[in-house]
Amino acid sequence: MAIFLNKDSKVIVQGMTGATGMKHTKLMLGDGTNIVGGVNPRKAGTKVDFDGTEVPVFGTVKEAMEATGANVSVLFVPPAFSKAAVVEAIDAEIPLAVVITEGIAVHDSAAFYAYAKSKGDKTRIIGPNCPGLITPGQSNAGIIPGDITKPGRIGLVSKSGTLTYQMMYELRDIGFSSAVGIGGDPVIGTTHIDALAAFEADPETDLIVMIGEIGGDAEERAADFIKANVTKPVVGYVAGFTAPEGKTMGHAGAIVSGSSGTAAAKKEALEAAGVKVGKTPTETAKLARAILAG
Amino acid sequence: MDLFEYQARDLFAKHGVPVLAGEVIDTPEAAREATERLGGKSVVKAQVKVGGRGKAGGVKLAADPDEAVARATDILGMDIKGHTVHKVMIAELSPEIEAEYYVSYLLDRTNRTFLAMASVQGGMDIEEVAEKTPEALAKVPVNAVEGVTIEKAREIVAQAKFPADVAEGVAEAMVTLWDTFVAEDALLVEVNPLVKTTDGRILALDGKVSLDENADFRQPDHEALEDKDAANPLEAAAKAKNLNYVKLDGEVGIIGNGAGLVMSTLDVVAYAGENHGDVKPANFLDIGGGASAEVMANGLEIILGDPDVKSVFVNVFGGITACDEVANGIVQALELLKSKGEEVTKPLVVRLDGNNAELGRKILSDANHPLVQRVDTMDGAADKAAELAAAAK
Repeated sequence: MAIFLNKDSKVIVQGMTGATGMKHTKLMLGDGTNIVGGVNPRKAGTKVDFDGTEVPVFGTVKEAMEATGANVSVLFVPPAFSKAAVVEAIDAEIPLAVVITEGIAVHDSAAFYAYAKSKGDKTRIIGPNCPGLITPGQSNAGIIPGDITKPGRIGLVSKSGTLTYQMMYELRDIGFSSAVGIGGDPVIGTTHIDALAAFEADPETDLIVMIGEIGGDAEERAADFIKANVTKPVVGYVAGFTAPEGKTMGHAGAIVSGSSGTAAAKKEALEAAGVKVGKTPTETAKLARAILAG
Repeated sequence: MDLFEYQARDLFAKHGVPVLAGEVIDTPEAAREATERLGGKSVVKAQVKVGGRGKAGGVKLAADPDEAVARATDILGMDIKGHTVHKVMIAELSPEIEAEYYVSYLLDRTNRTFLAMASVQGGMDIEEVAEKTPEALAKVPVNAVEGVTIEKAREIVAQAKFPADVAEGVAEAMVTLWDTFVAEDALLVEVNPLVKTTDGRILALDGKVSLDENADFRQPDHEALEDKDAANPLEAAAKAKNLNYVKLDGEVGIIGNGAGLVMSTLDVVAYAGENHGDVKPANFLDIGGGASAEVMANGLEIILGDPDVKSVFVNVFGGITACDEVANGIVQALELLKSKGEEVTKPLVVRLDGNNAELGRKILSDANHPLVQRVDTMDGAADKAAELAAAAK
C-alpha cells in the first residue's frame, strides 16, 4: 500500500539529462524505482545508460506517458524553467508531479498551483523545494537517501528534507511505510493535511510522524484536521523556536511575521489536538517508540 | 526584501499607479533644490522600514526651500523605533484630501492564492482595522492565472463598498497596482493611504512593497534596491559567499546542512544553554546538502569571524553526501583556514550521523585536531557546545 508511491509506480524524470538529474536518477534506480524515461526536447529519441539500465529520453511528458504508461514525474528543472515544466506535466495529466527544484519564484508556484486546480486537479503536485517521497523497498521519487531505513509501519510527513532524514534514521530499526517531504516554500502543492489523510487511510501505516517548522499556519490547520479526522496516533515536531521575527530561516516559507507562524503556537495547537510533540528530534522519536511499544 | 517608501513610489510610477512627484536625498542641502523643483513647497519624509514615522516626527511640511533644509536637518539622523534615518524623500505637497482608503495585494499562504484587500478606512494601521472592524476590510481572492482585469478590480471595489464617485478611479488604480505586483514579482504591494483629493484625483500617498528574492534571476533591476548599508557585516560577507546565514545574538556558532535541521539545531542548543549559563545560538548557517570542504571552510570562516562566538557546533546529517566526505571537508577546511593565516582558536563540537557516519567519525578521530571534539548524538553535542561556550564566556 503506502501512500502516493509504490512498486507499480512508473516514474519519468523531467530534467534527467542535467547534472543533478543524472546523479539522482542513478540513485533512484539503485533504490529499485521503476524509471521508464526522461524528458528533454533537445535529446528526444536518445537513450541514457545508468550502469547498464538504458533509459529512453522523450520530447515531452505526454509522449513519455503514451510510450511508457508513466504515472509519476520527478522534476529537476532549474527555477527559471520550472513553471513551464510543471504546466507541461499538468497538461499531460500525469497523476503525480514531484517538484524537487529549490528557489522557484512565488508567482510561478502560485501560477502552476492555480493552473492545476483549473484543470480539475488531475495532477497532485508535491513540493516545490522538497526532497520528494520514498516508499522504502518499493520506490523512491526524489532525493531522500534510500538506505537510511527499511519498510515498516510509520508514516512521515515533513516540511524539511534533512529533518526527514534525521527522523528516518532515529527510527530506522522500526521502518517506514512512506516518507513524504512536502517542502518549505510558501506555496506547496501537497500539504500536511493531504499526507495525514492518506496515511489515515493507509492500512499499512500504524503511526504518523509530522514535522513542521515556523511560518504560515499549515501546522495549526493540520492540528484541526487531526482532531476531526485522524484516529491513528500522531507524533509531532516543530523546528524554529529560537527564530527571530522577520528573518527568513533558510526556507523561503520559514519566517515568523508578527505573532503568526511561531513554533510555540504550532506546538500548542498540535498538543491541543492530542498530538505528542517532542522538544528535539530525538525526543520525538522516543515518543513514537513509546506509543508503538504500547 | 522590503523596500523603502521612495522605492515603492518609483515602482508604482513605473507601472502607472498615480503618485505624486518625489525624490530621495541624503543631505539637508539637497532638500533646497529638490523643493525648488517642486515649485517651492514640499513634504520631507523620513525613509525608514518601520511604521509610525509620522507620529515620531519623521514627516514634516516645508513652506519654502529654506524650511525644507531645516526639516531635513532635523529628520536626517533621527532614530525612529531603532531605525536611523539615512535618507529623506522630498515629496510634492498633496492637494487637499477628502478621503483616505487602503488597498493591497499579497500572498495568501493558507489558500495558496493571491489576495486583494481593500477598505474605505485608510490612513491607519490596517491590522487595527482588521481586528476592530473586520467588516470594513474586503478580502477578495485573486486567481494567479487570471489576474486582475478591470472587471475583477470593480468587483473588489464593490465588495469594499467604495463610494460611487470614486469607484471607477480606484478600480483603475487597482489594475495598475496589480501590474506592479506581477511585473515586479512582489510578495506584497500596499497603498496606505490611497486618497481622494478635493479636486477629484485618486493618489497613492504612501506605499509598501516587498519583493521575492527567488525571482532575482528575471529581475536584474532589483539588486540595486537592496539596502547594503543596513546589512549586518557578517550577513553581507556570507551573502557574498552564497551562504545562507542569519546573525543571532548568542554565543554558540552553528553550522549544519538543511534549513530544517539547522533551525532544529538552534532550538536544541538553546535548550542545552538553559543548563549552561543561558548561552544561545549565535547564528543560523545552512551549508546545504553538498557540504564540500570549500563550503565548510567558507562557513567556518564566517562563524569564527564573529567575535560573539565562543564555541562552534557543526551538526551534519549525511544523506546523499556521505559523512566521510563531510569529515574530510572539515579537516581540509581547518587546514585551508590555517594556510590563510586564520587558525582556529575556538573549540568545535562535531556531530556526524547518517550515511557512512562510522567512517566520518574515524577520519575526525584520526585527524586528532586539538580543538575538535566528536559527540555522536545531536542532543549530546549541543550540550557539549553550550558547556564550552559558557566556560569561555
